[in-house]
Amino acid sequence: MSLDLSDALQTFFEEARGLLEDMESSLLSLEAEPDDAEVINAVFRAAHTIKGSAGLFGLNDIVAFTHKAENVLDRVRNGDVALNEGLIGLLLACRDHIAGLLDFAVDERTMDAGARSQGMALAAQLDLCLDDKKAGADADADSASARLPTTTEAQLQSAGGGPLTEDTWHISVRFGLDVLRGGMDPLSFLRYLGRLGEIVHLTTLADALPTAAAMEPEACYLGFEIRLQGDTSKAQIENVFEFVRDDCDLHILPPGSKLADFLGLIGALPEDNTRLGELLVACGALTAHELEETLAVQECEVGRETLVQPLGEILIQRQMVQPELVDAALSKQKDARSRQAQEAKFIRVHADKLDSLINLVGELVISGSGVGLMAKRNKDVALLESVSGMARLVEKIRDGAMHLRMVEIGETFNRFRRVVRDVSKEIGKDIELIIEGENTELDKTVVEKIGDPLTHLMRNAMDHGIESAELRASRGKPVKGTLKLNAFHAAGGIVIEVSDDGGGLNRERILAKAREKGLIADNGADMPDGEVWKLIFEAGFSTAEQVSNLSGRGVGMDVVRSNIEALRGTVDIESHAGVGSTFRIRLPLTLAIINGFLMSVGDGHFVVPLDMVQECMELDPARNPQRDYLNLRGEVLPLLRLKDHYGIKERLRRKEQQGLNGRAARRQNVVVVNSAGRKAGLVVDELKGQFQAVIKPLGSIFTKVRGIAGSTILGSGEVALVLEVPALLSEAAQERVAPVAQV
Amino acid sequence: MEIRSEQNNGRLSLFPEGDMTIYHAAELMPVLLDALKQSDRIELDLSKVCELDTSGVQLLMLMKREAVAAGKSLKLSGHSAAVLEVFELLGLGGWFGDPQLLPAGVLGLGGSAI
Repeated sequence: MSLDLSDALQTFFEEARGLLEDMESSLLSLEAEPDDAEVINAVFRAAHTIKGSAGLFGLNDIVAFTHKAENVLDRVRNGDVALNEGLIGLLLACRDHIAGLLDFAVDERTMDAGARSQGMALAAQLDLCLDDKKAGADADADSASARLPTTTEAQLQSAGGGPLTEDTWHISVRFGLDVLRGGMDPLSFLRYLGRLGEIVHLTTLADALPTAAAMEPEACYLGFEIRLQGDTSKAQIENVFEFVRDDCDLHILPPGSKLADFLGLIGALPEDNTRLGELLVACGALTAHELEETLAVQECEVGRETLVQPLGEILIQRQMVQPELVDAALSKQKDARSRQAQEAKFIRVHADKLDSLINLVGELVISGSGVGLMAKRNKDVALLESVSGMARLVEKIRDGAMHLRMVEIGETFNRFRRVVRDVSKEIGKDIELIIEGENTELDKTVVEKIGDPLTHLMRNAMDHGIESAELRASRGKPVKGTLKLNAFHAAGGIVIEVSDDGGGLNRERILAKAREKGLIADNGADMPDGEVWKLIFEAGFSTAEQVSNLSGRGVGMDVVRSNIEALRGTVDIESHAGVGSTFRIRLPLTLAIINGFLMSVGDGHFVVPLDMVQECMELDPARNPQRDYLNLRGEVLPLLRLKDHYGIKERLRRKEQQGLNGRAARRQNVVVVNSAGRKAGLVVDELKGQFQAVIKPLGSIFTKVRGIAGSTILGSGEVALVLEVPALLSEAAQERVAPVAQV
Repeated sequence: MEIRSEQNNGRLSLFPEGDMTIYHAAELMPVLLDALKQSDRIELDLSKVCELDTSGVQLLMLMKREAVAAGKSLKLSGHSAAVLEVFELLGLGGWFGDPQLLPAGVLGLGGSAI
């Protein structure tokens, strides 16, 4: 076929990866709740869809393997076997193998020997499961067949017509024209059907085969009438044809169906009634006498029933389907519909388009505030009113545009459930992962890049942080270790915490190692803890006494640091011996629009994120002469005079002398900000109130400037600096410490 | 997929070799139909057919039907194992009405007459 499938193939790869991720998270949640039918279904669907799509592209390795996994999943879904931990592990391994096969397909390579043997090993294990389950299935079928006869007889009385006593299913299937083009061969379904039972009789119908001139060699024209003998269920038979369910006309009559059912069948099939009747006789489904009788009652029979009853009821009454199957079909339809709705909910958009939209919205916010400023200056009340209306809309557009790029971090976090599970199995520690703040949203590009460093941190925490069970018991801690992932927004940035309740970092060992590597000159006895912890981010630093499979090679932590720094983020560590450690990653939002609080110092404008501002108050110059703290309702509040900090004072004085800006100098205000539990007061001249700030990153020259998160443009066209409060406070603290140390 | 043909006393023998599957259906169809036009008696030797799928079966059925409609004779012979398997599955032996030689070890003729 000369169709260009490469685009479609890319889509398939993306979708398949998504499905594999879903599959993984579903499997992991099944570990906690193995009976959740919804989730089992989700896993099955994922495998099924991958198999189906892979078949379209002729990726036979994937189809063959996924098919095996799907068979097992189907049995699980039907409740033939309980899902236990071993099986989930096996299915996870299968998922990984499928992912591996997918990679081979992406690279257009064929499977290597390693993957092949792994696949065979897994397939063998899957087969084993199937065999186990078969025993269970047989038992089920026995009880089912024991149940069936009573209902059959009861129904027969009322429906009339002679019963057909044979224990044989009748299946009529007409394949759609596109089945072959879809990469599926009806023969394989028939072969598979043969595994459900014995095909007693099969008639191939070529009635739909057109004349030679009209025939398309790649279309499928065949239909089949099949008599299948065996202990099976309608659902199982339907499953055989599931792949082509939408593309074939399938009728299944259970054993013991009445003549009326065959009558319905004859009516439903495309071929001529008499021809069909003969066919059924030929199949052994009907006797010639029965056929006559059937055709005779045809009219009144059909007319009466369809008039008064909904189709489902007729089907049940005619015993074509069991009641629970109708329910299942209905829920399946609903399922399919909701899936379609969900598909419709998403659109693939190129990231560049989003970026330019957000840029434009940023400009819109700025020019909007420009208009507002003009209206205020001109004291035009009507204009002011419409401006405020517009501002509200712009705000909504802004929020909407920002959300387009934001994704919840939960997806990234959930990936770690698998990491934790695998690692804890591997190293034999019982570790529980607690995830918090998974709804925290951050920029998609940041989310993509934060995965690797987080993985390193998690592995380190599990391998080195959390102690072995014996040690934990002797320290009086719960044997089960806890690893926590948390994310929250703080000060126009996002904080991601990885914390464990392990032994904490070992100060002495880090110092010894640092000396050995020549990272510190003296013995480091008076180094503050924070500085010591930072040493572990140095290249080649590893304190693990044993290099394990996971970590301890000393390559992880410096990679973590450089990855985070590449995102203009910081990482700091809090650690207490015997209690645990917390790695805190702070990432700035490189491009964002925040609700800010605008203030001015001299002729400079500054913005702090509004949610960090606790309160504002007037600074009484009489009560607080040049002191660097004040008494805030009995609490000591350190003050940071932005004027001094940024050296604005000099310029201001000159202006004062010129009598230009005298008022601002007289009355000062304190903005109380709260950052990560630390409170401080920023001393500023003027409070300008709430302001929508479009944060623009500073140029690369200023990347070393601490305490400034970016800049923003005011409506007047002036530039305001956005303060990064946590960094500002710690920098100010260091400045203050430094002169004392020098004295 | 290659088809060798031989003329012999007014009988046209075709020897398809390889897979009669969806991948070759498009190229196979004109060749087979063309053969029908060329002769009144056609023999199709299936001994070298390695794989047969639904599209292949359809082509064979089409040929047979066209041949019957035109009053010509089409004989299938030398069914390979792959062909036999498919004919067996689909119950087509009788439909074509040709004697099928079962593989070694099984005596008699497969495919009952209707």
